[in-house]
Amino acid sequence: MTEMTLLGAVTDALRTEMRNDDRVVVFGEDVGKKGGVFGATDGIQSEFGETRCFDTPLSECGIIGTAVGMAVYGIRPIAEIQFMDFIYPAFDQIVSEAAKMRYRSGGEYTCPMVIRTPYGGGIRGGHYHSQSSEAYFCHTPGLKVVIPSTAADTKGLLISSIRDEDPVMFLEPKRIYRTHKGEVPDGEHVVPLGKGRVAREGTDCTIVAWGAMVGICEKAADEAAKQGKSIEIIDPRSLVPLDEELILESVKKTGRCLVVYEAPKSCSFGSEIAAIVAEKAIEYLEGPVARVGGFDTPFPYSLEHLYMPDVRRVLKGIEKTFTW
Amino acid sequence: MATQRKPRRQKAAPKKAAKKGATKKKAAAASADDSQLLTVVAPDGTADAADVDLSDERKLYLYETMVRAREFDRRMLMLQRQGRIGFYGPILGQEAATIGSVAAFEARDWVFPALREGAAAMMRGLPLEIAIAQLIGNDLDRCKGRQMPCHYTFKEGNYYGMSSVIGTQISHAAGAAMAAKIRGDDVVIGGYMGDGATSANDFHAGMNFAAVAKAPCVFICQNNQWAISVPSSQQSNSETIAIKADAYGMPWRRVDGNDVLAVYQATKEAVEFARAGNGPMFLELVTYRRLGHSSSDDPTRYRDEAEVKDWEKRDPVERFRRYLEGEGLWNEDKEAELQDAIAREVNDAIKAAEKGGPTPPEDLITDVYDEPTMQLREQLRDALED
Ligand SMILES: Cc1ncc(C[n+]2csc(CCOP(=O)(O)OP(=O)(O)O)c2C)c(N)n1
Ligand SMILES: [Mg+2]
Repeated sequence: MTEMTLLGAVTDALRTEMRNDDRVVVFGEDVGKKGGVFGATDGIQSEFGETRCFDTPLSECGIIGTAVGMAVYGIRPIAEIQFMDFIYPAFDQIVSEAAKMRYRSGGEYTCPMVIRTPYGGGIRGGHYHSQSSEAYFCHTPGLKVVIPSTAADTKGLLISSIRDEDPVMFLEPKRIYRTHKGEVPDGEHVVPLGKGRVAREGTDCTIVAWGAMVGICEKAADEAAKQGKSIEIIDPRSLVPLDEELILESVKKTGRCLVVYEAPKSCSFGSEIAAIVAEKAIEYLEGPVARVGGFDTPFPYSLEHLYMPDVRRVLKGIEKTFTW
Repeated sequence: MATQRKPRRQKAAPKKAAKKGATKKKAAAASADDSQLLTVVAPDGTADAADVDLSDERKLYLYETMVRAREFDRRMLMLQRQGRIGFYGPILGQEAATIGSVAAFEARDWVFPALREGAAAMMRGLPLEIAIAQLIGNDLDRCKGRQMPCHYTFKEGNYYGMSSVIGTQISHAAGAAMAAKIRGDDVVIGGYMGDGATSANDFHAGMNFAAVAKAPCVFICQNNQWAISVPSSQQSNSETIAIKADAYGMPWRRVDGNDVLAVYQATKEAVEFARAGNGPMFLELVTYRRLGHSSSDDPTRYRDEAEVKDWEKRDPVERFRRYLEGEGLWNEDKEAELQDAIAREVNDAIKAAEKGGPTPPEDLITDVYDEPTMQLREQLRDALED
């Protein structure tokens, strides 16, 4: 075990898997000498050389388009998109190509690749350095969508994503890149995709949250405990495939459910979780399923503090599942 | 429109082909600068022996393959009219461009096709009946009935299964070539596209990435003058498509796409250039789409039939037959025999393909992922349950 930041765990996972599998290559904008704008690929090029870790021209469409070609050819590309906000030029390549490769070719061609990208708000990044657009990708059959919230999970999930036979969107909560620290197993460490975790046990209300929201919800749960409410927090870790069972089990136990996420409130992945709970656990519910999300606005700059779910809003959300 | 034959043979991988004067804008700027096209066989079927570097056996293979592609197209269009397949995209008039170029790659090289390279799948070994099963979408189809017609896939033959999204395969070809180089494989990638695709963002991305990475890729544009109803003159204000390669620091050639030997030789040289580690090369094969864009298109609504007639005179199959006859390699008897054999081959393939059954319901949810998710299984169970 070594204590490291969530960001350090990304680098550790890349290094571990690149040592383990010589088909793995890492590329994107500024990932080489500089080691990425956040430092996620720090030291990777110097260890593995310019053939396995290289800078690309500034074109997200090209980064993902060529990654698809590499995956189809038989190597294991890990493409970095510098900020998730800049992924849209590659949207077509992700949605029409990577996601559909296996299906459209009857399983003949596959597209095992990882798209790593920092996402989410809380860093005063304005519209274009803050978005949490996981829903677009969760809505696309053929993609897996993974979001860690701890350093150990970051390593274990990233290694699983690299080994996965399908394209994986690996979304890194950049707000907690450096603020979160945790013990991470050395060397081989695998956390399977599709298995959520109970981040905190409780009996009165289930909160489902991912990424940087897990930490916010933990603080809110501390506050709620002072008011005598025992909160259980479920971190699905991968949104696709989703560990429905874990969520439903928890909701059946607590009888209440709140979903917390940073994305615009409507048509979000949180909406999907609310729908699943309504569809499959209605008879266990003692109150409405509540959602606390971002606003249905472009991501703001000055009013970011109002936009982002915080402890106060999470507590209000918990309250809604009790009193309505 | 006469195809002058100068320069007769450009040198391998020239940095620049000769530049020409102003291009006259017309519906299809086809013959704007034909004099600059690489040509080996003149429209009358004659060629300078010094220009031809190919065995007789190989020439006959090219001819037979062109005839087969033409007959296949003719029959598939008939099946479409009879409602036995839903859609078809023919290549009438482009046989030399498709077949001549694909034949110049080695079997270990990969083909990333666009719309007009379906014949390449069959050249790489996809049985005709399986190709027809793809057009029908039955359980013999390798894509399991998941794509509309003309989207073949054939991995054993290194023939890539494309999507319908124009241009996306260009950066896939670039990426595959980058991967081949990373792995140190002796493999060249053929990345195909139409003229319309050269306006797509993936054209820029793919060309640029491949050139920067010096990846072993030959980009091949079949300029058939039309992108559905939009003529190539409205696709770009560039003098030619080929010169776009200059901006990427990539050598290029413009080739008479109706001259199978010119296409073959230009592609062969480009493949050798890429294989030798010089990076990618770009070929513009100037040809013409004589039928509608697909079985769903009526080209009389937007183009002058005189233009089509003009290109009929430059038919690639007839031109090559005249050449073979002149060389003493072909005659009427052989032609009749070949036509007969191919007609039978296609007939048998149609019969075999139509024996396929419906795609099983499970195929709806398999291959989305390596394993169907619990959600997918539940959705299928719900739908099938009474
Ligand atoms: C991105 C995209 N836009 C539009 C279409 C519809 N479409 C299909 S083929 C085509 C024209 C393609 O022209 P070209 O690239 O010249 O190829 P050709 O059909 O002439 O071989 C269009 C517009 C598409 N398939 N993909
Ligand atoms: Mg065209």
